[in-house]
Amino acid sequence: MELHKIEILVDKYFAGETSIAEEKALKEYFSSSDVAPHLEQYKAIFGYLNQAKQEQFTRTVPLQPRKRNYVAWISVAASIAVLSGTLYFMNQQSEQPTNKDLGTFDDPELAFQETQKALQMVSENVNEGVKSIDYVNEYNQTTKTIFK
Amino acid sequence: MNQQEFVNLITPFKDKLFRMAKRLLVSTEEAEDATQEVLVKLWKNNNVLSNYSSVEAFAMTMTKNYCLDQLKSKRASNLQIVHNDYSDRAASVQKQVEDKDSWSLVEKIIESLPEQQRLIIQMRDIEEYEFAEIAKIMEMNETAVRVALSRARKEIREQLVKKHNYGIA
Repeated sequence: MELHKIEILVDKYFAGETSIAEEKALKEYFSSSDVAPHLEQYKAIFGYLNQAKQEQFTRTVPLQPRKRNYVAWISVAASIAVLSGTLYFMNQQSEQPTNKDLGTFDDPELAFQETQKALQMVSENVNEGVKSIDYVNEYNQTTKTIFK
Repeated sequence: MNQQEFVNLITPFKDKLFRMAKRLLVSTEEAEDATQEVLVKLWKNNNVLSNYSSVEAFAMTMTKNYCLDQLKSKRASNLQIVHNDYSDRAASVQKQVEDKDSWSLVEKIIESLPEQQRLIIQMRDIEEYEFAEIAKIMEMNETAVRVALSRARKEIREQLVKKHNYGIA
C-alpha cells in the first residue's frame, strides 16, 4: 500500500475511525520489513497488538458432569424407599393381631351379665392370689407375740 | 448440552476471555483463575445459554464483570496483584530483543490506562471486535466506545513518544 494511504489510515486510526479491515491493513503494513522511517515509532504498537493475540488459555477447565446431581437424587430416592418400606411393614404388623370381633353386645342386659361374669372371674383370680398372703399374716402374728 | 458440545462452543473464544482477563488482572495466574471461574459458571448455566444470541458476548461481559469485581475486592483489602511474567510471554516470542523491549513497553503503557480503555483496546485492537459488539459487552453506546478508544490510542502514542525521547525504551 502507498505511503500516502498509510498516513491517512494512521490518522484515522488514532481518531478511532478505522474499520476492522483498515486496522488489519495497518497491522500488516507495520509487520512488514519496510516501514517508512517517520512511521517507525508506531511499529511497536502494532507489533504488540499483533502478538498479544497469540496468547492462549492452556488450563483445562474441570467441568463436573452433572453426575453429582444423580447421586443426590439416588440417595433421596433410597431414603424414601426405606421410609415407606418401614412404614408399610409396621402397618402390617400392627394390623395382624387386631381381631375385628371385639365381643360387643347389642343387648344391654346381656352385656351386663357378661361384664359381671368377667368381673367375677377377675375377682376369683385375685382372691386366689390374695390367699397366698395369709402366710405373711401368720408370720406377723408370731412376730407380734414375741415383741409384745 | 453435553460436555463435548459445551467444549466445542467455548473453544473459539476461551482464549479471548483469558486475554481480556489478563489485560485487567495482569497476572497470568489470576487471569487463568478468572477464566476458569467464568467457564465453570457458563457450564453450570448451560441450559439457558441457548437464550443468548451471542454466547461469546455474554461470556465476555461475564469475564469483564468478574475481573472488575476481583479488582475491587483486591483494592478493598489493600492487596496489589503481584506479577512477574513479562519474561514468560517474551520467551515464547522469537523476535529481536529490540522488538520485545518496545512491545513490553507498549504492554506497560496499556496497563497504565484506565480499566475501561484497557478493555476497549483489548477488544478492538487485539480481538478485532466490531464497535457494536464492544458497545454491547461494555454496556455503553458506540460513540462513547469510539471516543474512549481514540483517547486510549492517543495516550499510548503519547506515552511511547515520551519514553522514546527520554531514551528509556
